[in-house]
Amino acid sequence: MMSSFWSGWIVVLTLGCLAFVIYFLVTQWIAQRAETTTNTTGHEYDGIQELDNPMPKWWLAMFVATIIFTVFYLFLYPGLGNWKGFLGWTQLNELERHQEKHAQRYAPLFEQYANTPIDELIANPKAVKMGERIFINNCALCHGSDAGGAFGFPNLRDGDWLYGGTADAINHTIMEGRSGQMPAWGAVIGDEGVRNVATFIRANAGLSQDADPQSVAAGKKVYDTTCMACHGVNAEGNEALGAPNLVDGTWLYGSSQAQIEYTVRQGRNGVMPAWKDILGKEKVHLAATYIYSLDKKASK
Amino acid sequence: MTNHEIVEKNLGYMIGLVIVAISFGALVEIVPVFFQDETTKPVDGLKPYTAMQLEGRDIYIREGCVGCHSQMIRPLRAEVERYGHYSVAGESVYNYTFLWGSKRTGPDLARVGGRYSNEWHRAHLNDPRDVVPESIMPAYPWLNQNTLDGKDVPTKMKTLRTLGVPYTEEDIAGATEAVKGHTEMDAVVAYLQSLGTAIKTQR
Repeated sequence: MMSSFWSGWIVVLTLGCLAFVIYFLVTQWIAQRAETTTNTTGHEYDGIQELDNPMPKWWLAMFVATIIFTVFYLFLYPGLGNWKGFLGWTQLNELERHQEKHAQRYAPLFEQYANTPIDELIANPKAVKMGERIFINNCALCHGSDAGGAFGFPNLRDGDWLYGGTADAINHTIMEGRSGQMPAWGAVIGDEGVRNVATFIRANAGLSQDADPQSVAAGKKVYDTTCMACHGVNAEGNEALGAPNLVDGTWLYGSSQAQIEYTVRQGRNGVMPAWKDILGKEKVHLAATYIYSLDKKASK
Repeated sequence: MTNHEIVEKNLGYMIGLVIVAISFGALVEIVPVFFQDETTKPVDGLKPYTAMQLEGRDIYIREGCVGCHSQMIRPLRAEVERYGHYSVAGESVYNYTFLWGSKRTGPDLARVGGRYSNEWHRAHLNDPRDVVPESIMPAYPWLNQNTLDGKDVPTKMKTLRTLGVPYTEEDIAGATEAVKGHTEMDAVVAYLQSLGTAIKTQR
């Protein structure tokens, strides 16, 4: 709602322009009523003169039509300051109307599955297909169109889960997001500590047979004091914290000595954004169904 | 000479009258907007760009991102569903210059903040095809190599302050330090993650 001054400003200028256009049209019309004239405008170019004929009828009619349109428009739509128009139209109520219409048609499609537990819903190919479409549109940017993941973005079809692979855990991950919290240990344990612990982790995971036993032993000590709290005594990780299992052969950030050293030194902070406000719980439910169905295939 | 002839044969009159005639649209449609609370007051929770975000914004301008990405979600159903709450004027009051854009070869970025992780943006800006194989966006690998010295940031902030952006003396004093040594990639990601976060995304 604007102040009455600015509302008045708009009304006066708009109606003033309209009145001027009408006045101008009528006076010109009266001044040139004759069907054709023999008067010239006085212009002459190479002997060619310009007649001062009245405006063609069809053209004049269009002029009049625009004026009539303006009058109706200003009655019906909010064109004059704070005048709301007889139709009560606004950009926002048009948006809401479209949204409502859309929701009436499409919301039931998503809601029909909302109360079916994900474990059961994976048997419904239509629901899984809908979930797949949602996945491709929203999740594939990071996890890949085949859900195979990439460096730093988890593979969702290998049966390995940082935060648990139950239907509920997957649904929760999508709804609320996740925030990886691997701290940077470089400054705490020093270069040698980083090297040793990485050597130990690789040896422990069966990635290197000829590791220097001294380095492995030193690394184990570092592991026990620094890493064990989250990654566990046997390095099997902790789903409650999202701490990865370090002996299962799945490496989100690579398994080379250099990559593991980098991870330990600099830390890693993978972020899964929360989707509940963007997709809503019905669509998340279907996306989770699709993802859960992938895992079922992996474990078969 | 008739009146008509006087106007047609004197360029000065002609220019003057043309300006008067075409100014009415602007006087009615644009001028009142300069004086509305809706367009001049920031929305609740809107913060000026931090030093890092400001540097990121300038790199966004330098690389011509606005040529393919708009930052303006129109109040249309499909756009609101895809990008989130429509853009409102109060979100842009600290934007000099505004980057609403008008070309969407890529998606709108008005609410891209928080939608993807920092790591995703880094991978994506370095080479979009690494994360989205069918993307046609150019790669910007030099953002990782160029380091910021931050020596111009205080001047930029002071300039923006004269235009009404509420930077404090502390903001300006700490600006160079906040930016120095970071890569251009850090700055762009900080900027992108700030976009559209003042209004919560709604369906």
